[in-house]
Order: sequence, then C-alpha cells, then structure tokens
Amino acid sequence: MMARRTRKKARPRVTGDVPTSMPLLEVRDLTVEFATRRGVVRAIEHVDVAVAKGETLGIVGESGSGKSVTSYAVMRILDRAGRIIQGSVLFSGLDLITKSDADMRDLRGREMSMIFQNPRAALNPIRKIGHQIEDVLLQHAQVGNQDVGEYAIQMLDQVQIARPRERYHAYPFELSGGMCQRVVIALALACRPQLLIADEPTTGLDVTTQKAVMDLVVELTRKRDMSSILITHDLGVAAAYCNRLVVMQNGHVVETAKSQTIFSKPSHAYTRKLMRATPRPGVSLRELLPEDVRAPRPKASPARGAGAPLLTVEKLVKEYPRKRDVTLFARLFGPKPPIEQEIFRAVDGISFSIKRGESVGLVGESGCGKSTTSMMLMRLIDKSSGLIMFDGENIGEIPPRDFTRLPLRKRIQMVFQDPTDSLNPRYTAARAIADPILRLGDISGGDEVRARCEQLAQRVGLPNELLDRFPHQLSGGQKARVGIARAIALKPDLVVLDEPTAALDVSVQAVVLNLLQDLKDSLGMSYLFVSHDLNVVRLLCDRVIVMRAGQIVEEGLTEQILSEPQANYTRELLAAIPHPPV
Amino acid sequence: MKESNSILRHARYVVSENLVTGFAFLLFVLIALAALFGPYIVPHDPLASDTATTLRSPSFKHWFGTDQLGRDIFSRVIVATRLDFAIALSSVILVFAMGGLAGIASGFFGGWTDRIIGRISDTIMAFPLFVLAMGIVAALGNTVTNIVLATAIINFPLYVRVARAEANVRREAGFVQAARLSGNSESRILLTHILPNIMPIMMVQISLTMGYAILNAAGLSFIGLGVRPPTPEWGIMVAEGAGNIISGEWWIALFPGLALMLAVFCFNLLGDGLRDLVDPQRRT
Repeated sequence: MMARRTRKKARPRVTGDVPTSMPLLEVRDLTVEFATRRGVVRAIEHVDVAVAKGETLGIVGESGSGKSVTSYAVMRILDRAGRIIQGSVLFSGLDLITKSDADMRDLRGREMSMIFQNPRAALNPIRKIGHQIEDVLLQHAQVGNQDVGEYAIQMLDQVQIARPRERYHAYPFELSGGMCQRVVIALALACRPQLLIADEPTTGLDVTTQKAVMDLVVELTRKRDMSSILITHDLGVAAAYCNRLVVMQNGHVVETAKSQTIFSKPSHAYTRKLMRATPRPGVSLRELLPEDVRAPRPKASPARGAGAPLLTVEKLVKEYPRKRDVTLFARLFGPKPPIEQEIFRAVDGISFSIKRGESVGLVGESGCGKSTTSMMLMRLIDKSSGLIMFDGENIGEIPPRDFTRLPLRKRIQMVFQDPTDSLNPRYTAARAIADPILRLGDISGGDEVRARCEQLAQRVGLPNELLDRFPHQLSGGQKARVGIARAIALKPDLVVLDEPTAALDVSVQAVVLNLLQDLKDSLGMSYLFVSHDLNVVRLLCDRVIVMRAGQIVEEGLTEQILSEPQANYTRELLAAIPHPPV
Repeated sequence: MKESNSILRHARYVVSENLVTGFAFLLFVLIALAALFGPYIVPHDPLASDTATTLRSPSFKHWFGTDQLGRDIFSRVIVATRLDFAIALSSVILVFAMGGLAGIASGFFGGWTDRIIGRISDTIMAFPLFVLAMGIVAALGNTVTNIVLATAIINFPLYVRVARAEANVRREAGFVQAARLSGNSESRILLTHILPNIMPIMMVQISLTMGYAILNAAGLSFIGLGVRPPTPEWGIMVAEGAGNIISGEWWIALFPGLALMLAVFCFNLLGDGLRDLVDPQRRT
C-alpha cells in the first residue's frame, strides 16, 4: 500500500497554461436531476469540466448555479433525491458513475477528498481531533496501528497548527474556526489524495484567516503535486488562487478560460455582470450595477454631516464573566476566599460619535466586539459601563426592557445580517413590515397600514404583489428588502446595518447597497455599517472605525484609512483582501 | 388563501408518499364520525338490557354479540367512542394550554421561570404516571372531570419539554430581535411571534399524546375509577368482559379492546404523518 503511494516528487509546477496531457478528472456532459415535491428539477445540465494533474481549477457562480451539485456528483455524494441522468465522470481513466458504492467509499478520502464550508460541522464534536485523523488513516489502511499517532501529529504540523502534540488531544470546540478548517484540511489530505475539492472553504472565515487557509491549501497541493477544485462565489478568491476558472449559471457552464483571460477579456455577458458587481478599489457604488439600470443618485439631504453629533459613545464597556465551573463542592471546600471570577471584556472602553446624515463603518474580524457594540447601541443588551448619548438623551441608562416601549425606539432601528433568520417564517412580508407600524406607529386601521406598507415596499423596490408572500416564497434579495423596509418604516434617525449583505450574492449585494445609499440620501438617516468587508465599507461609508479585541485601533475618513492606513492591523486587513486582477 | 392551498397540496403529497398515513387519516375520520353521530346510528339502545338474550355470540342481529345483561356490544362500542374521545380530547387541550404555555415561557424567559417549571415537571415525572393518575382521581373524587385533569397532569412534562426546547432555540433568533426593535413587549413576542412558530410541532405532540390519553382514561375506568357502569366506555366494557373470557364468552372483552387498540394505533400513526407534514426537511 505504502509503496504505491510514493510518487515521483520532482514534477514541473503547472502554471497558467492549459495542460495538454490527459486530465486527472474529466466530467463530460453531466446532467443531474432532483426529485422534488414540485416535480423533477434539473440542477445541472450538460456540464463539461476537466482538471489536469497539478492544476487548481475554480468553479465560480452565484447560489443555485449548480457548482456544488457538480462536485457532489463527482464524489457521488448527492442526497437520495438527486440522480445522475447522463454524462460521464472519468477519474484517471476510471468511470466513477459505473463504480459500486463500496468502490466509491474506498476512493473517497484516499484518491479524492473534499473540504466543506462549515469546518465545525465537518468534524465530530465529541472526538479528539487527533483521533479523527487516525480514523481516516486506519480506514484506508494507510499507516500501521503503531505509527498512526505520530503520523496524525505530523499531519497537524503540516497544516501549521502550532503545538501539534498538545492539540492532538483537543476537541473541535476548543479550536477557532480557522483552526478547525486546518484540521479538516489535514483530514482531507491525510491519505495523500490526488484530487481535493474545496467547497467554499473560507466562507464565514475572516479575511486574514481566509488568506492563511487558502495559502496553506495552495502550498500543500503544490508540494504534493495534487489537483484541486475550488468552488467559490468570490471572484477575488478564485482569481488569486486558481489557474483556470469555470463560470456557472443556472446549471450551465457559461465560460471556461484561464484566470487572467477571464478577468482581462470576459467573453460571456454573465461573467461580465459578475465581475462588475464585485466590490473592488476605485469603483463607485453605481458602477457595480449594469449600465441600463443605473438611476441618478437622489439629492442628498442638506443635514448631511452638520451640527451636533446624533450619537455619542464614550468609554463604552461590555463585560462578561468568563464561565468557570464553580461547583457546590468547590464553593464549600475550595480555597477561601474563593477565586475571583475572570472577566472578559467584549467591548473595552470605546468612544466615537456619528453625525446626522453620516454613515460610519465599523470594521473588524469576528469576535472583535463590533456586534456587541451594535447590540448595546440598539438597546437590546445592557452595557457594563460608559455613556451612550442619542440626540442629547442618555439612552444608555434606560434598561432594554423599558426602552422597547419608548418613542425613542422608533428613532434607532436595525437591519440584520441574515435576511432569512430575521423574518418570522409565519408572517407575510406585509405583516413583517407592518409590525413596527402597529406597535409604535402613529397610524392605525387596516387600510392605512396596508397603504403605508405598499409605499414602503415601493421605496425599497419590492413589487406589491410580493407583499402577501411568506419568507420561504421570497428570494434572498427580496427578503433583504423586506428587512430594510421594516427598519425604515418608522423613519428612524439612526440605522445600524449588521452585515446586511453578507448572506447575499454579489449581484444582489450590489443592488441592495445602492438601495441603502439612495435611502440614506433621500431620508437623511445616519448609518452605522457593521462589516468585516473593507471593500463594501469603502463604497458606503464616509468614515471608518477599525476595531480589534474590543478596542478601536484606528478611526478616520474612509479614503484616508484605506489608502494610508496608520495601524499595522489595518494594513494587515487590507493586505488580506484578495483582489481580482483588473 | 395561497398558503392553505399549498398545505393541501403538501398533505396530498405526504399521504400519497406514505400509504400508512393515508390509512391513519381514514381511520381518524371513521372515529370522528362515530364520536359525532354514534348515538343516532347504532341499531340498539346501548343501555337497554334484555334478559332473554344474554351472552349471545356475534350474530347477524348482534354483530359483536351481547353481554351479561343482554346489551348489544356493537352499539355500546360505537356509543362509547364519544365519551372516550371527549375525555382524551379535553385533557389534551387542557395540557396543551397549560404545558405548552409553561414550556414556551420556560424556554423563552429562562432563569427562575425555567427552574421552577422544570422542577415541577421533574417532580411529576418522578412518579409512575399511571399510579399518579390513580392517586389524583382517588384523592379528588371519582368523576369524569377528574379523569380529564389527571390525564392532563401526567402529560404535562411531555408538553413542557417539547415547547421549552422549541422556544429556546428561537429565543435569540433574528426575527425575535427584530420584534423587540419593533416595540413588542416580551410577552407579546412570546404569544405572537414564538407561539405560531412552534404550533406545528405541538400539533404532532397533541396527536401522539391523544392515543396515550385514550388509553389512560380507559385504564382508569378498567380498574373502577372514573366512569361508572352502566355508562358505555371501552375500559369498563373490557373489565366487565374480562371474567367471561375463561368461560368462552370472548367477544365481550375483545371488541371494546379492539376499538381501543385501533384508536390508539390511529393517533400514533397520525402523529407520524403530521410530523412529515410539518417537517421542513420534507418540504422542497
């Protein structure tokens, strides 16, 4: 077994050239159907994809384009409703479609393996990570029982996990998201497969982690002369790491070309649309939209950036007790006086202000306290200390429970990150928009409220006939519009936008960002835009605040911070963003 | 309008996917009809005794035979449906209101509310449930109302746990936060946002406990608590016939027992069907 695994090491590195030799994986004319309640749906149709030895291929497309289904069909892990109708999948000469399930089980993990989007879900939560790596090795009889532990530690070392001997005994919940993804990579590469399929491996990770993880994947696959397929919705990531790209739309391959070619001369209209919608430096918000739908910007309201600040935050702190197992036994017989509870400061004394009509970006990686800050400003959770002044009133002193019923509630609203999660699945769009109007609004009576809802729907570009639909009958972009309509229903002064486009496709994101911009200009609201994506913040915000570990690292005008960052951390963040080569 | 339409379509899909569910729905309709119209359609008066025709085996005239007092067992079985059904239904509605509300409050508010309600249901679960029900009926008095109450109390922990778990996962959901921003008070969020969302799961729970409630009511009557003879009731009828099985008159106990079994069977199957109906995994 081991002898067969030792492959020649010196192999020329594959560059951007389209290889001429026989491809490692060749998918020809692949069609997959799913049986659903509404009849049979074709997820992909006549898909042709080829991956050469040592090549990194990117499959790019928006949600529903069939990019994941293609990879599942290759691995033969479609769920029960899915069926391969026609086509062939040749993997180093073997036709995978005719293989038995037992043969496929043997191939998966040993010859071809996969990394999934959510690393935590891909690991067994109650098993030590070292043992999980051993399981894979033993399953495919790669290493003998004696050496397996050492080999697992070696694998952890290779994916650059510090102190691998110690971490061998760690459980997944003890590791960060980026570390978990490294473990998943170690699992996938443990048996030295020839093909690695990475399905959105860095979605949900911070930019700096994303860069580290992707660099690692590329380095390891190069070193081992493996082929890989990177499935992503992010053109920047695809361009930075792939030799060739396949662009998919609605289950069809619309374009296949070398990365550079795709970015310099995209031939298909859909590719051009995708590229245009991707936020990047030096591009205004309007330029993200297709030419034919660009409306002129409404006139900015005169209140912009003038007068006393609308919101002032001073030395705001949020502390959480770090959970310690203080059992009754320990309390009775432990050392006296008892050990003081450790305190974790999620937000550590931050101060800033927002003027009327201004939009401020709050940027930072996950866990930096930006969400906690926004929840405190929204009066959804209590602060530990500090001052929150809103238009001259000290709202920080009002407990969240009482704040709900005050007229002030109307003036501070929020748009949530996940448009699906933030809509009650049992409420129609109209009912969702009407909720704040019914509770806090000055109008009552069914017809009047309905009229207001229709007016708001029009404002956010939601067709009136969609108002009677339930969330599951709406698309992601439409749900985002409902969420925005609900937030602006009471004409608030300050809207906190908590990564409002993180769950949306780029083309939808472009539309929603433009909508937010227009609404701000015409209604004169102030925005606090919470995000981890500097490229998006650049488009919408006048000023940026960069946060790290509960503290403000840097603050200033957007252009200034993005072009001449002062703090090292900001520079790091900026450097980690993958850019399409345009 | 549109939503109800799609629910109908989905119901048809679930039934056609799983014939057992279809069978359970059919059985349910039959039981419901018997409960509603039983007294008007039976061939004999269920209470009229006739000393001339005691202990007759099943015949064309008496489909299920007659008992010691010459009463027609078929008529008694059909008429008893209403009483057993009513006891089970009212106890389930009662426990749904009590347990469901206590459960969502417990899951949503957490803290002391959760602790107190949790300990109450733990206490109930610490007893053998049927013995607890016996104790309650024996202590409070031998009436139908108390059977309903006892059945409700022993089912209380089941409802609390389901409702608590469902409410707990939705406590920090985006739409709940959004409702807070819209100016809804906590209790309003509980009733208008959380409750409608856990209704489907609770419906499944209702169906599953319905069978158990029927069995419990019949069991209490069987040992002589609650409903008294000569009222037609499945549990009493089985008890009355039990002594006659050895002497060969098997039909007195068999047919009410069979009715009981079918009813319980029907509700359990219906629960599985309902679960398919409301399970989002099955909706594509």
